[in-house]
Amino acid sequence: MSVTDFILPVCLLIVCGYGLFKRVDIFSAFLEGAKENIKVAFDILPSLILLIALISMLKSSGALEFITTLISPLAKLLGVSKECLPLGIMRPFSGSGALAIFDSVIKDYGADSTIGRTASVMMGSTETTFYTIAVYFSAAKIKPDGKIIAACLLADLASVIISSLAVKLFF
Amino acid sequence: MVFIKYLIVLFLALSLICSVATGNVSELSSSVVSSCEDAVSLFLSLLGIMAFWGGIMSIAKESGLTNKISRLLSPALGLLFKGVDKASSAFSAITLNVTANLLGLGNAATPLGILAMKELKKEEGGKEKATKSIALLTLLNTASIQIIPTTIAAIRSKYGSENPMEIIPAVLFTSALSLGIGIVFINLFYIKRSKNERN
Repeated sequence: MSVTDFILPVCLLIVCGYGLFKRVDIFSAFLEGAKENIKVAFDILPSLILLIALISMLKSSGALEFITTLISPLAKLLGVSKECLPLGIMRPFSGSGALAIFDSVIKDYGADSTIGRTASVMMGSTETTFYTIAVYFSAAKIKPDGKIIAACLLADLASVIISSLAVKLFF
Repeated sequence: MVFIKYLIVLFLALSLICSVATGNVSELSSSVVSSCEDAVSLFLSLLGIMAFWGGIMSIAKESGLTNKISRLLSPALGLLFKGVDKASSAFSAITLNVTANLLGLGNAATPLGILAMKELKKEEGGKEKATKSIALLTLLNTASIQIIPTTIAAIRSKYGSENPMEIIPAVLFTSALSLGIGIVFINLFYIKRSKNERN
């Protein structure tokens, strides 16, 4: 039993308890929200299928291993395990692609290994930066400048480096 | 996504060339079929937790809990967005967007973020040029600040993690630090312009 075991159940109790206290019909509110997210999940499915197929092809052909070996000097420089770096590289470009790589890293190295934990922290502390910028700026009709992209990517790079340190620090 | 189409062809070509070089073309071919099944199994393991979290967050929304949280955040965000009027609709859109991100309401965060972006643009003269506050808002959306990483926990538990949530402290530590680094860079990059704005 650890402190992190409490986070989810305590949050659930707070949300539902507060809902009851505020006289919200929490059961039908739950159903409504769950239904909405099921639709969202189905929206992701097509791109997930494509990206998982592509990543799996890269893996079984030996191309991923080749790329991993190719970028291992960079991984060493950043202090990140070379198995996790492809995830860090894919993350800003494609959410489904990153999910596919993350899934395969956890499957191959185990969730509770150092590599698995580093990948988990990396996945949790980064976003699909290019996609987000593209969606937000085109919707608001603003021209994204180099400074914004640079700052966001530098923050992503920091996440990649720090996630490896954080796993050493916290485990 | 503009460049995804190039990525698809690049990955396919790379896979074919490498499999010919290593002599396992048959594995490549069978991996296409099996991976589609893997994708659906991954989808199924995410479907449950996504639906569950959506349900819980819908309760939080209807009870006014999310609005309460966004009010708690407003002093901190006020410090970050110094030039933005706290009573403006731009500022309230920013706090709602950040709250949605913190709670992992991905599908609610995006429209709120776009609204915040539009309101900021209006507030700052309606120019197409990006400003410091727009840069900060972008960073708050590209630096993942989700408190409970449900998707990641679902995949970890799928592959037998003893404690799928054990990564939360490390994730929060990493997110906070990299967000801080991003904020420092934005302040460095936009230092000249903010001086001009004051004059």
